[in-house]
Amino acid sequence: MMSDESFRAETRAWLEANCPESMRQPVRSDKDATWGGRNPTYAHPDQKLWMDRMGARGWTVPDWPAAYGGGGLTAAETKILREEMARLKCRNPLNSFGISMLGPALLKYGTEEQKLEHLPKIARGEIRWCQGYSEPNAGSDLAGLQTSADDAGDHFVVNGQKVWTSYADEADWIFCLVRTDKTTKQAGISFLLFDMASEGVSTKPILLISGYSPFCETFFDNVKVPKANLLGTLNKGWDVAKFLLGHEREMISGFGLGGSAGDPLIEAARKGVDPLLRAQIALFDVRSKAFSAMSEKFIDELKAGKAHPAQPSMMKYYGTELNKSRHELLMAAGGSDELEWESEASRHGAAPRAWLRTKANSIEGGTSEIQLNIIAKRILDLPS
Amino acid sequence: MPLYLTDEQQMLRDTAKDFVAEHAPVSHMRALRDANDATGFSRDLWKQFAELGLTGVLVPEADGGLGLGHVEAGVVLEEIGRNLSPSPFLATAVAAVEALKGSAIREQYFPGIIAGETVAALAIDEGRKHDGAIALKAERSGNGFRLTGAKQFVTHGHVADVILVAARTAGSPDDDEGVTLFAITKDAADLTADPQRLADASLAARLELNGVEVDADAVIGDVDQGRIVLNRLLAAGRTGASAELVGVAGGAADMTYAYLKDRKQFGVPIGSFQALQHRAAHLYSEMEVARAAVLKAQQLLDAGQDATQAVSVAKAMTGLATTLAVQEGVQMHGGIGMTDEYDIGFYMKRARVLAEMFGDTNFHADQLAVAAGY
Ligand SMILES: Cc1cc2nc3c(=O)[nH]c(=O)nc-3n(C[C@H](O)[C@H](O)[C@H](O)COP(=O)(O)OP(=O)(O)OC[C@H]3O[C@@H](n4cnc5c(N)ncnc54)[C@H](O)[C@@H]3O)c2cc1C
Repeated sequence: MMSDESFRAETRAWLEANCPESMRQPVRSDKDATWGGRNPTYAHPDQKLWMDRMGARGWTVPDWPAAYGGGGLTAAETKILREEMARLKCRNPLNSFGISMLGPALLKYGTEEQKLEHLPKIARGEIRWCQGYSEPNAGSDLAGLQTSADDAGDHFVVNGQKVWTSYADEADWIFCLVRTDKTTKQAGISFLLFDMASEGVSTKPILLISGYSPFCETFFDNVKVPKANLLGTLNKGWDVAKFLLGHEREMISGFGLGGSAGDPLIEAARKGVDPLLRAQIALFDVRSKAFSAMSEKFIDELKAGKAHPAQPSMMKYYGTELNKSRHELLMAAGGSDELEWESEASRHGAAPRAWLRTKANSIEGGTSEIQLNIIAKRILDLPS
Repeated sequence: MPLYLTDEQQMLRDTAKDFVAEHAPVSHMRALRDANDATGFSRDLWKQFAELGLTGVLVPEADGGLGLGHVEAGVVLEEIGRNLSPSPFLATAVAAVEALKGSAIREQYFPGIIAGETVAALAIDEGRKHDGAIALKAERSGNGFRLTGAKQFVTHGHVADVILVAARTAGSPDDDEGVTLFAITKDAADLTADPQRLADASLAARLELNGVEVDADAVIGDVDQGRIVLNRLLAAGRTGASAELVGVAGGAADMTYAYLKDRKQFGVPIGSFQALQHRAAHLYSEMEVARAAVLKAQQLLDAGQDATQAVSVAKAMTGLATTLAVQEGVQMHGGIGMTDEYDIGFYMKRARVLAEMFGDTNFHADQLAVAAGY
């Protein structure tokens, strides 16, 4: 094995040689981020180049085993890679629910066939996944879901409706919670994977206050799903769901970080702000920098198996509330310049749209209130 | 370096935890206060710290110490904070040792510190807010210096065996250059220390130096270049105070969480009320973040990397989190939280003093802003 020192040196050299200059700039809008998939869209050709180069090394998922398309790196090497990417301000090469949510669940609960089938495609950004959890009457009370999967011999027949499915209209596959036993609540849920191109699947976008509609209502009308696509045990999908939620919360908590491409709020402050706003930004910066230490600590503890299982709730809560204040302050620092909704100068209203989008951070993936409930009960052990 | 305690550091934590909780629990502090103790801490206890080697935690092994780092010092300080133990540990074993490290006069003081016989005090602040300005004058006189001026908020200043004084040998109060750090012994003539009891029952002195004569070898580091040593001292002191604050917050929060499970109103434990659960969970989150910030600063200091920003983040963040911890602590205890008989109020008082020490949250947030250029 290489020493950490030489690994760092080689990593740095490789990143310097392979990360295109344009991929060392901050992501300016949702379209600017790389999502991959069967029918990918790129705002810039370097996005594909950067994703492919990183994917070929397994560095989109550095700590997954190489057999499943990962980089096979140790925890220490993964950390070094992350640090070196941050140093060069490299963009995330691939945004993916496959990486941040489904992948860890597949690694833990998947059969060997399922892992070999799905993980390498996730690592290379070939298949884009969406999350079918929430339903119109099952949000915070997720286990109240009603979408049914009925046993039809070698396959299930799925019927029902999901809501808030992010990017359902652009995703290739869905990981989906379904009811396989109507007589109990948590114990009657199963976890299914299926192709969004299956007959009987349809989506309808939901327009958000930010003017975007990457969110959908998703309808299932007698969708046939092979039984081989069941992840984990029948009726035990709630365990998989909760495990995956932990990873989703971990991912969302990352929104609280300024991003590897420099902190736009500090840049805005440098242009000049009144003393009260300056003070607010400085105090925000204290929390933001402290949270970034917390993120590092959390990831280190997670990798070493030392983190409390409910700690992702704390990370999600803190990170998302922080991110909301960051964008609140960004709007204040930008003044009237940042209010333009469509102009060229405002990059099509990037700032107000991002500001509005962050309001969902403390709702999606379980609301802040739900996270606080979890911390109170599971970490502080407060009574019911 | 992963951002959590190593097994050895964890072991030291267990030792420190047991030791401090047994020998200097909150009742120890209460007893000293009730007795109106004129020293403000127990010299016997300081000896016991020495027997464990803890007084020399930061002293290099070559000088007879444990040769450990700021993470280890912080582990001890956190327990001191949790138990509100009055102790010269922060000023002596952490800040003063860091300043004396590598200097010519370390041999004069390290043995006493390691033996638990020497207590140090830091004379840095001249105004009611820590701001870095140094006006106290040190003029050349014979082969030494003559110091004139005043300092305040000097913890243990009235009983310290050695006082580290930041003085001005050239320039004006805000200059970086022209500062010199002196080690003054307590028997110096023309030095008066007027001890004042603070809100937390600790003692801090106002010092008057009316032409105190010192030899040239009282200088720590180089003449006019004292900021270099002073900055090291401050980084250690700030990080140490942050660790102690984490302990204060942790002690207050643990009392509060226990009370939430214990105290019944309306026939149920008050901890079952969601309004309180959410505030407790928020407090937990703030404290976790503060704890991480402190560990980050400690590790950077120990790695010899630039820790200026991390130290400011640690001190500012622990100020925020600890203030919340003690405020929520008193509030969630209801009426009993306001009584002198109950310990939670002591936590509030100690937190305020530590928050002010070496620069408060606003001071350090401002440092970040200035460094970032806004
Ligand atoms: C932008 C966005 C993207 C999303 N993406 C996805 C996706 O890709 N896939 C997916 O499956 N879902 C997704 N979601 C759905 C999201 O997980 C739910 O919106 C969320 O769990 C909250 O459910 P709800 O909207 O039904 O609110 P409700 O559960 O109705 O909550 C309403 C309010 O009541 C509070 N509340 C509810 N229960 C409690 C309680 N026990 N204690 C205290 N307060 C409580 C909530 O905190 C909230 O403030 C997304 C949501 C948004 C907004």
